[in-house]
Amino acid sequence: MTHVRYIDKTRDYYRAEGYDTPYRWAHFDDIPFTPLAKPLAACRVGLVTTSEMAVVGAPGTWDEGDAARDVYALPTATPLATLYSRKEAYDRHATTLADVDSYLPLTHLAALEAAGRIGGVAPRFQVVYSQYSQRKTLGVDAPEILRQMREDRVDVAALTAV
Amino acid sequence: MSLAARYLEANGIPTVVFGCARDIVEHCGVPRFVFSDFPLGNPTGRPFDPAMQREVVEMGLDLLASATRPGTTVVNPHVWSADQGWKEKIFSKEQPFLSAEATEKWLQRKEAYRDLKASGKV
Repeated sequence: MTHVRYIDKTRDYYRAEGYDTPYRWAHFDDIPFTPLAKPLAACRVGLVTTSEMAVVGAPGTWDEGDAARDVYALPTATPLATLYSRKEAYDRHATTLADVDSYLPLTHLAALEAAGRIGGVAPRFQVVYSQYSQRKTLGVDAPEILRQMREDRVDVAALTAV
Repeated sequence: MSLAARYLEANGIPTVVFGCARDIVEHCGVPRFVFSDFPLGNPTGRPFDPAMQREVVEMGLDLLASATRPGTTVVNPHVWSADQGWKEKIFSKEQPFLSAEATEKWLQRKEAYRDLKASGKV
């Protein structure tokens, strides 16, 4: 069976729910490309996710009342057992977000660093919200991620879309 | 997510996106993409299957090194389940995507964002 056509499915779903203006998914004719400049074993890997991570019992840099839903970062060294996802938009009927490594592979990146496969992992990972506004993502969120990655001397970035 | 990848890439950082919504990511266009034909939520492998997760992460690393042109997709070869019913049920009337409570929050956030935009804060 072929993959799910989410663009068609969501358009039909929300139209049936009474939302008349379909969401216009981003589309570009050109795609940027930067070749890898050095071996992976010498690269520091940055990690970005839409999984809305939080730390059990810790007041976050995130804020439920923050309508702008800005990018925030958490330390990569946060114990995995204390991390959880606040994300509500996932296929809750078919799967679970109970295993962090299935969408934020911190354990595996640490192991790959120990094995010498990658040079290292950035000291923090970034959480970016799945924004309704592409203008906000491109104009505010993405530049903030880039700023933090440059500060952390990140060489390559892995982005996980939940 | 795809927009962020494009932005980083355009600014000199090679990227790889892990995701489960192939049409959305490829419609946008990203430099490198590891696609898992799984329910939305587990772009780096099945929950509680560390061997598969490691394999998917390594596919992404390999792709960072091997891709020679933008728009390259590699596919996680693992199948989620023999029963593919989840593909039919997602975004269907019988199985609402968000819970009632989450839908309410989503609508409130949309409203709040509209206010921010109207006041010129975003």
